[in-house]
Amino acid sequence: MKATSTLLRIGGAGLALGLMVAGGTASARDLTVVSWGGNYQDAQKKIYFEPFSKEIGKPVLDESWDGGIGVIAAKVKAGVPNWDVVQVETEELELGCADGFYEKIDWATLGGKDKFLPAAVSDCGVGAIVWSTMLSYDADRLKTPPTSWADFWDTTKFPGKRGFRRGPKYSLEFALMADGVKPEEVYKVLGTPEGVDRAFKKLDELKPNIVWWEAGAQPLSLLASGEVVMSTAYNGRLAGINKTEGKNFQGVWPGSIYAIDSWVILKDSPNAKEAMDFIAFASAPANQSKLPDYIAYGLPNKEAAAMVPPALQKDLPTTQANLTGAIALDGAFWVDNVEELTKRFNAWLAK
Amino acid sequence: MSGSPARARVSALLLVAPLFLFLAAFFVWPLVMMITVSVTDGTVRQVMPETASSIRAWDGSGLPPQEVQDALIADLRAPSEQMAFGDAVRRLNSEVSGFRTLLSRTASAVRDAPAGQPIHLAAIDPRWGEGRYWQALQRAMPNYTDRNLLAAVDLKRDTEGSITADVSANRVIMVRTFTIAALVTLLCALIGLPYAMIAAASTGWVRNGMLLAVLLPLWTSLLVRTASWVILLQNEGLINKALLAIGIVDQPLQLIFNRTGVIIAMTHVLLPFMVLPIYSVLLGIPRNLMPAASSLGASRLRAFWHVLLPMALPGVASGSLLVFMVALGYYITPALVGGAEDQMISSVIAFFATGTANWGMAGALGLILLVATTALYLVYGRLSRSPNMVGA
Repeated sequence: MKATSTLLRIGGAGLALGLMVAGGTASARDLTVVSWGGNYQDAQKKIYFEPFSKEIGKPVLDESWDGGIGVIAAKVKAGVPNWDVVQVETEELELGCADGFYEKIDWATLGGKDKFLPAAVSDCGVGAIVWSTMLSYDADRLKTPPTSWADFWDTTKFPGKRGFRRGPKYSLEFALMADGVKPEEVYKVLGTPEGVDRAFKKLDELKPNIVWWEAGAQPLSLLASGEVVMSTAYNGRLAGINKTEGKNFQGVWPGSIYAIDSWVILKDSPNAKEAMDFIAFASAPANQSKLPDYIAYGLPNKEAAAMVPPALQKDLPTTQANLTGAIALDGAFWVDNVEELTKRFNAWLAK
Repeated sequence: MSGSPARARVSALLLVAPLFLFLAAFFVWPLVMMITVSVTDGTVRQVMPETASSIRAWDGSGLPPQEVQDALIADLRAPSEQMAFGDAVRRLNSEVSGFRTLLSRTASAVRDAPAGQPIHLAAIDPRWGEGRYWQALQRAMPNYTDRNLLAAVDLKRDTEGSITADVSANRVIMVRTFTIAALVTLLCALIGLPYAMIAAASTGWVRNGMLLAVLLPLWTSLLVRTASWVILLQNEGLINKALLAIGIVDQPLQLIFNRTGVIIAMTHVLLPFMVLPIYSVLLGIPRNLMPAASSLGASRLRAFWHVLLPMALPGVASGSLLVFMVALGYYITPALVGGAEDQMISSVIAFFATGTANWGMAGALGLILLVATTALYLVYGRLSRSPNMVGA
C-alpha cells in the first residue's frame, strides 16, 4: 500500500511539473524573428534585431530556416505558432497568402504602399530584399570571361564542370535562355508543354558536366576549390566573399533572375502588434539603408535605396545597369507548377 | 512491500506505464497519423459539398452537365474557411498543375459577380472547357484515395480509372536507398569488427584512445563531419594533393559528388553504431576462451573462426541492423557529398513534407519505406534465427 501511494505521489508531482513547464512556455513568449541564417542574418541582427530590442526594451529572439511552405503550414495549423515574423521567398508568400497562413499587413504603419517598389507590396508581406541568381565565375581562374548562358553551356570554349542548383526552378529558365529564348519571353515559353520539353532537352546536353548544389554557400566553395569553372550563385554571397576573403568572383547580370524576399507575420501570432512594429522598423529608410554595407542585396524601400552610397550601388540587383536583360522570378508560375516539374526533374535526374 | 502478487503486478505496470505512454504518444500515434494522412482525401469535399454530391453521377466524358457547374459556382460563392479552401486547392493542384490560379481566379470572379446573373465558368477561364480539370475534381471527392500510395511507386490512375505508369523516379530512388544502406552496412562491419576486436583485446591508454576515436566523432555535429569530408575529398583536397605529390596518380581522382564520396562519408559517420555494439559483446566473452582453444590444439585462426567469431556475431548483427536502419533515413550527407544520382528517398520525402506541404504524398512514401524495411527485417529475423535479435 505504501509503495503504491509513494508511486502515485511521484506520478502526481511529475504531472504537475509537466503542466507547469507547458504553461510556462505558452505564456509571454518574446518576439521571434526568423530569417535565412549565415552572414545575412548576422547583418540583420546588427542593424534590425538588436536596435529594435533596445527600442522596445524586451528581448528579440531570432532563428533561421531553409524555407518550405510545409514548415509554415505545420506551424500555423498547430494553433498558436512559435514564430512571429518570418522572411519568406516569393512562392511561400503567394501560397501562404492564398491559404490564409499570414496576418494582413497594416500598410499605414509603413507609410503607405507607394514608398516601396510595386513588386514588394502584397496584402500579406512587405518586401525585405531584392536578390539575384546569376552566372558566376572566378575571374582569377578564367581569363576570358563568360558573358551569357550560351557560354555556360559551351564546354569546348570553357572546359570543366558547372555548378547548378538542384531542382527545376532556375534550371529550366536558364536552359531556355541558353537555347536562345529572350529573357523576357522565358516564362511565356515555359508555360507551354513544348517549352518545358525544350528546356529539359537543353539540360540533357549539359547533364554530364553538372555538379548540383543545394545550399547557397556551396557554389562559392565549388568555385573556390576549382571543382567547377562556372556556377549559378546568389549575388549577395558573391560580393560578400570578395570582400571578406579577397576573392575575385564575378557575376553576369544579363540573363540573371531576381526575386524579392518578404517579411510576413504568421496567423494568430501572439505578438502580432510587436511583429508589425518590427517590420516597420526594418523597413524604415534610416535602418534599411545600412544593409548594403554588409551584404549586396537591393532595397525595396525607394527612399532607403536612394540613400545607398554609389560605391555600393554597383553590386545591387536594383541598380539600373544591372537590371538590363535581367528578369523577375515568376512566382505564380512556380506556385502552379513546382510539384509537377519537380517530379519530372527528379525522374530526369534518375534517368 | 506487502508481497501480494497482484499488487506487485500493478506497481510493475505503473512503473512501465510512462514508457508505454511515451511510445504511444511519440511512436504509435504519429505512425497511425502518417498512414491515415496518406490515404484520406476529403479536403475538397469539405469546402465543395454541393459539387461533391452532383458530380458523383457524371460519367467523366466530355464536360459535366450544367447542374455540376452551377453547384461549383454555389460552393465558391458560399463563404468557406480560408485555410480549408487552401488545403483543397493544394490537393487539386498537386494532381493537375494550374488548379491554383484557376480556382483563385474563378472564386474571385464568382464572388464579385452580381447575385442573380448567370455565370459561365468557361468565360471566366477557358480551362473550365477542358475535361481534365473536371475529372480531377471528381476524383478528389471520395473520402479515401489510393493516389498517394500509387504515386509513391510511380503509378497513377488514368481517366478510365485503370492503373498506369507515371513519370517519376521513386522506385529507382527507393532501390538506390536500400543499395547504399546495404553497402555502407557491409563496409562498417568489415571495418568495425577488427577495430572492436583490437580495442577489446588491448588495455590501458590504447583502448581508451581507440574508444575515444570512435566516440569523439559521435559527439560532433553530423554537418561538421560531412563538411570536413568535402575538404578532404575534393579535387584540390588533401587526399588528392597527397596522391598527386607521391605520384600514384597524375590526374586528381573524382572522390566527391559521386557514389564514392557518399559511401566514404556515410561509413565514417555511422561507424560508431557498428563498433560500440560489437565492442560491448566482445567484453562479455571470457578472456580465457582463446588460450583454452589453443591448449586443445587449435591454431589461432581456427580458434578465431570457431570460438571468437561466432560469439561476436550477435554484436555484428545488432550493429548491422542499427547502421542499416539509420542509413536508410540519410539525406544531408548525400546532399552535400553526393551527385544527382546519389540522392536518397528521404530527400524526396522532405520535398513533399516541407517544400509543398503535400503531407499525403510524404506519408505514402514514408509508409512504403516502412513496409519495405519491415519486410527486410522479417526476412533477416528468419535468416538469423535468433529469438531476440534486437536485444542481442
